[in-house]
Amino acid sequence: MNKIKSLEDLRKMKQSLEHGMNIREKSNEPDSLVQIRVAMATCGIASGARTVMNALVEKIEQEKIPAVVTQGGCMGYCYAEPTIEVKVPGKDPVVFGNVDAVRAIEIIEKYIVNGELLDGIIPTNYQSINEKQ
Amino acid sequence: MAQYKMHLLVCGGTGCRASQSEQIVENLKSEIKNLGLENDAQVVTTGCFGFCEKGPIVKIIPDNTFYTQVKPEDCAEIVTEHVLKGRKVNRLLYEDPETLKHIEDSKHMGFYQKQLRIALRNCGFIDPENIDEYIARDGYAAIGKIITEMTPEAAIDIMKKSGLRGRGGGGFPTGLKWEIASKNKADQKYVVCNADEGDPGAFMDRSILEGDPHSVIEAMAICGYCIGATKGIVYIRAEYPLAIKRLKVAARQARAYGLLGEKILGTDFDFDIELRYGAGAFVCGEETALIHSMEGHRGEPTVKPPFPAEKGYLGKPTNVNNVETFANVPAIFLKGAEWFASIGTEKSKGTKVFALAGKINNVGLIEVPMGITLREVIFEIGGGIKDGKKFKAVQTGGPSGGCLTEKHLDTPIDFDNLIAAGSMMGSGGMIVMDEDDCMVSVAKFYLEFTVEESCGKCAPCRIGNKRLHEILEKICGGKGVEEDIEYLKNLSRVIKDTSLCGLGQTSPNPVLSTIEHFYDEYLAHVKERICPAGSCKALKLYTIISDKCTGCTACVRACPVDAITGEKRQPHVIDADKCIRCGACYDKCKFTAIHVQ
Amino acid sequence: MEKFTIKIDNTEVEVSKGTTIYQAAKQIGIDIPVLCYLNLEHLNIESRPGGCRICVVEVEGRRNLAPSCSTECTPGMVVNTHNMRVMNARKTVLELILSDHPKECLTCSSSGQCDLQHLSQVMGIREIHAVENAEMSTYRKDVSPALKRDMDKCIMCRRCETICNDVQTVGALSAVNRGFMSVVAPAFEQDLIDSPCTFCGQCVAVCPTGALTPYDDTAKVLRALADPSKTVIVQTAPAVRAALGEEFGLEPGTLVTGKMVAALRSLGFDKIFDTDFAADLTIMEEGAELLGRISKFLAGDKDVKLPILTSCCPAWVNFFEEYYPCMLDIPSTARSPQQMFGSIAKNYYAELMGVKREDLVVVSVMPCLAKKYECAREEFSTNGNPDVDFSISTRELASLIKSCNINFDLLPDEDFDNPLGESTGAGVIFGVTGGVIEAAVRTAYELFTGKKLDKIDFKELRGLEGIRMASIDFNGTMIHIGIAHQLGNARKLLDGIRSGMYNFHAIEIMACPGGCIGGAGQPLHHGNSKVIKARSEAIYREDSQKTIRKSHENPYIVKLYEEYLGHPMSEKAHHLLHTHYFEKNKK
Repeated sequence: MNKIKSLEDLRKMKQSLEHGMNIREKSNEPDSLVQIRVAMATCGIASGARTVMNALVEKIEQEKIPAVVTQGGCMGYCYAEPTIEVKVPGKDPVVFGNVDAVRAIEIIEKYIVNGELLDGIIPTNYQSINEKQ
Repeated sequence: MAQYKMHLLVCGGTGCRASQSEQIVENLKSEIKNLGLENDAQVVTTGCFGFCEKGPIVKIIPDNTFYTQVKPEDCAEIVTEHVLKGRKVNRLLYEDPETLKHIEDSKHMGFYQKQLRIALRNCGFIDPENIDEYIARDGYAAIGKIITEMTPEAAIDIMKKSGLRGRGGGGFPTGLKWEIASKNKADQKYVVCNADEGDPGAFMDRSILEGDPHSVIEAMAICGYCIGATKGIVYIRAEYPLAIKRLKVAARQARAYGLLGEKILGTDFDFDIELRYGAGAFVCGEETALIHSMEGHRGEPTVKPPFPAEKGYLGKPTNVNNVETFANVPAIFLKGAEWFASIGTEKSKGTKVFALAGKINNVGLIEVPMGITLREVIFEIGGGIKDGKKFKAVQTGGPSGGCLTEKHLDTPIDFDNLIAAGSMMGSGGMIVMDEDDCMVSVAKFYLEFTVEESCGKCAPCRIGNKRLHEILEKICGGKGVEEDIEYLKNLSRVIKDTSLCGLGQTSPNPVLSTIEHFYDEYLAHVKERICPAGSCKALKLYTIISDKCTGCTACVRACPVDAITGEKRQPHVIDADKCIRCGACYDKCKFTAIHVQ
Repeated sequence: MEKFTIKIDNTEVEVSKGTTIYQAAKQIGIDIPVLCYLNLEHLNIESRPGGCRICVVEVEGRRNLAPSCSTECTPGMVVNTHNMRVMNARKTVLELILSDHPKECLTCSSSGQCDLQHLSQVMGIREIHAVENAEMSTYRKDVSPALKRDMDKCIMCRRCETICNDVQTVGALSAVNRGFMSVVAPAFEQDLIDSPCTFCGQCVAVCPTGALTPYDDTAKVLRALADPSKTVIVQTAPAVRAALGEEFGLEPGTLVTGKMVAALRSLGFDKIFDTDFAADLTIMEEGAELLGRISKFLAGDKDVKLPILTSCCPAWVNFFEEYYPCMLDIPSTARSPQQMFGSIAKNYYAELMGVKREDLVVVSVMPCLAKKYECAREEFSTNGNPDVDFSISTRELASLIKSCNINFDLLPDEDFDNPLGESTGAGVIFGVTGGVIEAAVRTAYELFTGKKLDKIDFKELRGLEGIRMASIDFNGTMIHIGIAHQLGNARKLLDGIRSGMYNFHAIEIMACPGGCIGGAGQPLHHGNSKVIKARSEAIYREDSQKTIRKSHENPYIVKLYEEYLGHPMSEKAHHLLHTHYFEKNKK
C-alpha cells in the first residue's frame, strides 16, 4: 500500500473506489431508483440474458444512471427471451421482450433517460398470487 | 474495485460467527466458484446487521433480499437459485410475526423501517477489514478536511453546534468536553476511547468496533487534532477478541495509508493509537477507574474533580469518549452540525443505539432517532412481546437504570425524559418484561449484578448494595415485612446520595423505580405473602384439591420432604410449613389435583 | 494565592484556592467527622481515598452529597454539614460499615484506641439497621512475628495501603478482591512473612480499627517474671521515654525516663538497663567502621565501599535485603543496639553475674514492631536461645503497667542499673531521624581529627524533612552525609546513589516517620503529626541535659572494651557485635 500524501489524493482514491460500492449504495435507496430486472431463468440465460445484464450494468455505471440491475426468475415470456422488467419510480413496471445488448442500451437511453416509449413492450395484464392475498 | 453485479453480505459479527457464519462465507464462495460466477458475485464479510434474533444473516445486494437463520448447508441453494437463477429462497426469508408473511427485503421489515443509522451506518454494509470500502464511503474525508482546512477551535465549534452528547451513559456534551481538554495546557495529552462496554446485554460498542472500526479511529484522530493530542488509546475489554482483531487490522491499514502516524495527509498533524485490554470489570467503564486500570492500578474510581480533562492518564489532560460517541463524529463533519442537530429532541440530538432484549420478538441492535417513543421501539421495531403476552415494564439504562411502565410508553426517549421518569439512557440497554416477571425479583437480579461489580472502594456501594440485595432476597423468600420497603427506600436514597462514582449513584435505581411503579407487588410479597407474577418460588402455595384427589399416593412418593400425608384412597393434604415448593407433586399428579397459587 | 469566601453552616469563611471543605470547616471550629482520611501534615503524608463517605456534606447546587475531605472549595460555595439529609446519610453509612464489622469491642486489642468505636460513640449509634443474619465479609487470619492481620475488622480506609505503597514504597499491601469481599492484603493473599513486608508496622500505626495489630508477647514476659529460676533483665529504647507518658494522659513530648524505670522495677524486672548504652556501643563499632572505610578511601583504595549505611533499623535492613540485594556489602555490619545489648547481656553480663545463658531472659521495650521480627532472626541466637527473648512495644509496656495496678503518675523518678544502664546524649538521640549519624559524627570527628569538639550540637543534621543532606568539616576533610526517614525517601536516596547523582560518605536511614519516635509500637498518633514533633523535641532535650554527650566518653563503654572486647572491630567485637545480610528472595 502506498501512503496517501494529501487530501486531494484521498479524494481521488475515493472516486476510484466508490465504483465498486455503488451497487450497495444504490440498494440503500431502492424506491428512488430505476429498477431493472433481468429474467435469468434457464431459458433467459440460454438466449443471452447474461450478455444483456452485463451491458446494462456497464452502461449504468458509465453514465452514472440512478438505476439498479437485479436478476429475477422466469417471467413466463419464454417466446420473447431475454426479457427485462423496468420500473421507473412512480410508474408501473414495463416488460421488454427480445432484448439484446444493443436494445438494452437503447432502452436505457430512450425509455429510462428520456422517458420515450419504445416498441417491444409486452403487455402485463395478469395478477400474481401474492397480489391477490 | 472490481465490478460485481451481485454482493452477498454475510454478517461477521460475534453473534452470527457463533452460528457458523464463517463457514457460510466459505460455502458461498466455493459454490459461486463452482458455478463460475466469481466475476459476477462477491461475498463480503460485514459487521453486525443488528437483527441478531434471526442470525446468521445473509443479505443479497442489489435487491436487499434478507435471509435469516442461514445454515452452511443452505448456501448451495442460495447460489444456484438466487445468484444464478434470480429466484429467492422463500424459506429463508424473514417471516413477519403478525401477518406470517415472508418479507423479501430488509426495507420492508418493521425492524428496520423506523431505524436511522448514523453510528451504525457502515455496520452490515462494508467489509470492516477492508479500508478501501471505508474510504469509498467518504472514510477519512472528515479528518482530511479538518486538518487541512480547519482550526481546532472551528472544529470544536462544529461539535458543540451538533449537540452530540456522550453515549456511554453520562450524556455530557461532547463538544464541551473537547473544549475543556483543549484549553488545558500540557506537553502531552491523550484521547481515550472507552470500549469497556459492561452493561449486560448491551453490545453496541462491540458491534461498531467489529463492523466499522475505521470510523472510531478517524474520530479519535479528529479529537486528537481538536484537543492537541498525538496519542490515542483504546481501552477495550479482552473478552472482545474479534473487535480487538478488527481494530488492529484497521489501525495497520490506516498506518499503511499514512492516515495514522506522522504527518497525516502531508500536514503537520501526528496521531496514532494503541490498545489496552481491560479484564472486564464493569466499574472500569467509569472514566477515572478506566484511567487507573490503564495505568496498571486497581480499577477503581477517584473523586472528581479533578476531571480527566484536567488530570487524566499519567496525570495529563485526557479526553475519554465512548465508542458510539466517536462513531457519530465523522458523520457530523461530513454532513454538518445542522444536519445532526435537526435529528432528535431539543436537548438530545441525533440517534441512539439500543440493545433490545428480554421478552420481545425482535431481539437485536437498533439505532433510532432521539425522541422516538418506547412504544415504537418495543412494538414496531421490536415486534411486540413474545408469545402474545402482556407488556409489563421495560428496563432502560443497563443494570443501574430504572423500570418504566405502560404509562411511559409514549414518552419520547431522550436523556432528560428518561431521568425524569426515574431511569436513564445509560449505554442503551433495553430489557423488556412481560406479565410473568416479578418486579421484586427483577430488582434483586440487577442488584446481584451491581453487588458483584462494585469495586469495593466506598462503603455505601460496597456494603449498601449487598444489604439491599439481602433485603430483596428476604422479601422474595417470603420473609419480608412492611418496614423492609421503607428501609429499602431510605437505604437506596443514601447509597445514591453518598456513593463515590456513577455505579453506586445509580445502582439502587431498579429498587426505587420498581417500588414506585409496582408498590402493590411489593406489598403483596410482604403482607399477603404472594408473588402476583407467580415467579417467587418461596411464595408459591401448593394445595391438594380434595375433590380431585384419588388418594393414589403418587405425590407422597414424589415429595422429597414428606410434606404430604393422607390415607390410601382418601384425599391427601400438603403441610405448607414442610413444603419446599419444589413442584414434584404437581408434576406427578395424574388428576390435576395439585393447585398452585 | 487566590482567596475567596465560602459559607459553611451559615458562617462565612475565607479560604485560599485548593483548600478542602473539611479544612475550611476546621478553620471556623466545625469538626466534620472523618474516618478514612489521614493527614500527617508535618510529615507530608496524606491519604484521602474518599472511600468511607462519613465526611459527606451538602453543597448547594450539587446533585449528590460531597466528601468534604476531598472536595475543594470553589468561590461562593454554600455548604451544610449537619442538616437532616446529611445526618441521615452519615448515620446510615456508618451503620452500614458497622453491619460488616465484628461486634467484639470488649475483647478487641484496639478497644479504646479505635477510631470506628470513637465515631460510633460520637454519632450516638444505638442500633444497627440491617437484615437479620446479614452476611459479614470474613478472611483468613495472618500472624507474623511482628504483627497480626484480622481483616474481618478492615473497613477499607486504605490508610495502610497508602503508607505501605506511597510512603514506604514496600508494596506489600494493596486492595484485593472486589465489592463486598474487597480487602487490603498482600498479593494473592499470601502471608505477610512471605510478602515483601519489612515489618516496619506503619500500617498498624495508622489502622483506625483492630484489623492490623502488633504481635503481643506481654503474656510471655509476665510468665518469665513469675518464674523464680529466671533472671529477667530489660532494656528500653531511647524513643520509649519520650512517648510512654502519652498512654497515661501526659502531654506529648513529656519525658518519663525516671518513672519508666520505676515502673519496670515495680513490675519485677531484676535489672533495668538502657538500650542507649548499646547505642553508644554501636557508635564505637559503626564509627570505627566508617573511619576505617574513609581512611582507606582517602588513601586511594579503589575497592572500598562508600557510602556506609547505618544498620540500626530492622525494617530498613529488611527493605534493602528485599529490594537492594546487590548492595548488601554497603551497609555497616554493626548490629542494631537492641541486638548488641542482647549479645553483651547473654555473654559478658551473664558471665559477670554467673548466670547461665538459658536462665537469663532479656526483654526489650521498643517503639518498634520490626524489633519483634529482628530478635527472632536465626543469626541472633545461640543454640536456639535468642540474644533478646522478647520485644514488647511502648504501648504494650503501658498496658503491662496498667494491668499490674501501678499508678504511673505517683511513681518516683528512679535510675537505671549498672553497668548496662549508663548512657550518653549520643545514645539518646538514636531515637530520632538524624540522631544516629549525629552521634557517629560526634565520636568520629574526635577520633579522626584528634581534636575536641567545641560545638556538640549538629543542627544541620536535624529536622523532619524526608531527605536531608549536609557536609561536615572534619578539619579540612569534608564528610558528606545523607539522611532519610521513611523507606520511600530511603529508596529515593539509594536510587540517587546508584545512578551517581549523589556522593556521600555516610547515610543514615530510619524506616518510620520522624525516626523511632514515630515507630509503630508507640502510642497511636491518630493522625496528629504534632505528637511526633513534640517527641522529637523531647529527645533533644534529654540529650542536652546529659553530662556526657559523646559515646566514646561513656565510662562503662570504655570499661567494656578494656575488660572484654579489646578494641572496636576486634575479633571478639566482630563475633558479638556484627552481622551479615541475606538476599531475601534467596532465603
